[in-house]
Formats: sequence, structure tokens, C-alpha cells
Amino acid sequence: MAETFYAATRKGLFTYRRNGDDWATSSPAFLGEPVNAIIKDPRDETLYAALDLGHFGPKLHRSDDDGKTWNELAPPAFEKTDDPDEKAPSVSMIWSLAPGGGDEPGAIWAGTIPGALFRSDNSGETWRLIESLWDRPEREGWFGGGYDHPGIHSILVDPRDSSKLTLGISCGGVWKSSDRGETWRLTGKGLRSDYTPPEQSEEPNTQDPHLLASCASAPDTIWCQHHNGIFLSRDGGETFTEFRDVEPAVFGFAVAVHPNDPEIAWLVPGVKDDCRVPVDGKFVVNKTIDGGESWRVKTDGLPSEPSYDLVFRHALDVDETGNRLVMGSTTGNLWASDDGGERWRLLSAHLPPINAVGFG
Amino acid sequence: MALVSFTDNLLKHLPCLPTEASGETVRDVMETVFAQNAPLRSYIVDDQGRLRKHVNIFINDEMVSDRVKLSDAVAPDDEIFVFQALSGG
Repeated sequence: MAETFYAATRKGLFTYRRNGDDWATSSPAFLGEPVNAIIKDPRDETLYAALDLGHFGPKLHRSDDDGKTWNELAPPAFEKTDDPDEKAPSVSMIWSLAPGGGDEPGAIWAGTIPGALFRSDNSGETWRLIESLWDRPEREGWFGGGYDHPGIHSILVDPRDSSKLTLGISCGGVWKSSDRGETWRLTGKGLRSDYTPPEQSEEPNTQDPHLLASCASAPDTIWCQHHNGIFLSRDGGETFTEFRDVEPAVFGFAVAVHPNDPEIAWLVPGVKDDCRVPVDGKFVVNKTIDGGESWRVKTDGLPSEPSYDLVFRHALDVDETGNRLVMGSTTGNLWASDDGGERWRLLSAHLPPINAVGFG
Repeated sequence: MALVSFTDNLLKHLPCLPTEASGETVRDVMETVFAQNAPLRSYIVDDQGRLRKHVNIFINDEMVSDRVKLSDAVAPDDEIFVFQALSGG
């Protein structure tokens, strides 16, 4: 099982390392600064951290020594237009990072707000905008979800073929490429929105998939926690089916999938959608082991008193065994599980609001 | 040449000591500064060269009015201050 994980918070990046039966952490990196994305590249153990400095813009840092030291990189950015006005694009947040495939060392993808995809072929030293997506006319129909402008939060690289990509965009639906981003197709048939006029509820281009998560060993199975519910694709994101009437709620942001069993998934439900707190103040994890046919509410180790924790979309992760999970909330609570989410243990109740977690 | 000073809040991110820089507009002066300190650019202006939303620049005691093109005029003996706004934190 994974021996290290990272918690990216409103006030710094915390590293937790396994210490016997417990987890230990030390002084955070970037203390005082908002860290909104963290990945560890499994190909070379490099860490990438995206910061969202409130005053000074999005920043990107890389560590080649497991977080002992960090180097600032030039962040993904749009080219300056000749005569920019107030509408000319500028990256306001690096919302998601994803390593490329095993056959393309040094390749890193970055999804941003506004909704653009960037690629680096040199471990983040330089970036280029994927113009084939940015130039799609459908982009004019996208709109912000949670933030003022649309953004790319999910970047799935097919482990069988690194040229195949699937993106989740809020609010711009699900997009697929089979040629490493040279061309794109809008997919996601079956997703449903109720924040648009009824006749547009099934319009793929305005869907709000809060997160897409694929099964590492069965990548065509993609779970989607959507603004309007829980969806599952068995064909790599081409089409989705919806699970309705899942208690205590179908609303949420985060979803994690067992890496070796596509039928097992975890979600963190909440009251939709302007309230965004646990149903009846009871913070729980929802787990299925049969592909969504049935759901079991997990409460062991989670608060018994009224709780108002929200788990952001990138703040739930599962390790490569499927047994170890970690989850962080906007209230600064951090929990971990060693048994597939059956029982949880509170590691800290005093962290800053947690934006993202990730095993490394 | 104008004297350009920076908020101490920038110092924890990167070096930016007060510096003299020439130019007839705020844009000209800041481009001179960025030429000497390239990483500083993305902290002060966005991808399009506009002043970041939560950064303020003053010429002496006047806040600049053109945050897009940074066209406010600068005289050789002016002092330019780059501040962190109280918003955005």
C-alpha cells in the first residue's frame, strides 16, 4: 500500500508518511500559500504543485527530491495577443495536472481556468496551449461551474494508449481525443442537467461533470460525480447511465474508483446544490461494490456530531491497492482508511481547508 | 530614471529589490524591470500584460488608471510603487 500522500490546502502543502500504524507529517511546504493541485509523476517520482496565489496569480513548482526543495517553473500561459483588451484570455488557475503515458517521459498535461488544456514535453519547463480544443466553436457555449469561468478538472490518460485522452470540463461536458489532443470529440451522451432549460438538459456541451475517475485496470469504466447526480460509463466516456435515488444524496464533488475492480467506487454525498453540506449534518462516504446496483453508507470513524464538511472534487484518493484511501474537507478535517473505506480514522481536525489530496 | 519599489510580500516569492528603470509609461518602465528580472513578470501582470486584479501600482501618490495597457505617463524623477491590494487575499 502507498506509504506517502500529500494534502494541498489553503495554507500550504502537507506531506504525510506512514509511520508504523500511523501517519506522520512535518512542516508544510508553501506555508501560507493556497496549493490547489498536487501530483507525483509515477514515471520519475517528480512532484508538481500548482499554487493559486491570491494576489500574484497561478504558479507551478516542481520538486525532484520528494519535496525537500522546490523550483518554480514558468506556468502554463496564453500567448499575448497583439492588442489585448479586458477579454483576452489569461490563466487564472491551474486546476488539474496529469502525467502523460509511460511511453512519453516528461509529458505533463495541465487543465486550467479558463477551460484550456496545456501540454509540456519537458517536465513542465515549457508549455503549449492545445489550440485544437481552445479553437473549438463549442467552447463559446461553456460556462463557469463554481468559478466564474469554465475549467478543465479531469484529465484521463488511457494507460493502454497514451494518445487517448478524456477530459471533464465544468461546464463543458466530456471531451475525447484519440490522437494526443490533435482532434477532439464531444461525448457524454446520457449526462443530464437540470440547470438549463428542459429541452437542453441532455445537451452534452453544457454538462457539469464535477469529476471523472477511471479504473486503472479497466479504463473504459469511468465514474462521474456530476452536478446532477451519479453517472457511470462502460465505454470510455462515450455514453453514461445514471443512478437515481441513491441515499442520502446524489450530489457531491469527489469520486474515487478501485484501481483493480471497476465495480467499486466511493463518493461523498452532500445536499445539492446551493447548500453543499452533509445531509442532515451527517458526514458519510457512499460506497458501491457492484457497479452502482447497491450503495452502502460508511460512517465508522466519521463524525457522530453534526458536521458541515465538504470534500472538494480532488480531495478524495485511493492508492494502487484499492485498500488505502485518504480524504480531506473544506473544514480542514483529514481522514484515512486502510480497509477500502470501511473504517476511517481522523488524522487531523486542524488543517487549513483542503483543496486536494493524492497518494505518491 | 524612475525608481521602482515592490511590496515586501513579493520578497518571500522571489528577489525584487528597488531598482531604477527608464521609460515614458508604466508599461515601458515595467518592461525594463522584467528584462532584468523575468520571473517577476507573472507576479505583476497576467498572460496579456494587464495588471493583475489584486496588484496595485502607484506613481508617486497616484494609483495608475490604465490597468490594461499600463499607459500612464512616467516622469524621470517619479517613484513607482508596486503594492499588494488588500483584496484577493
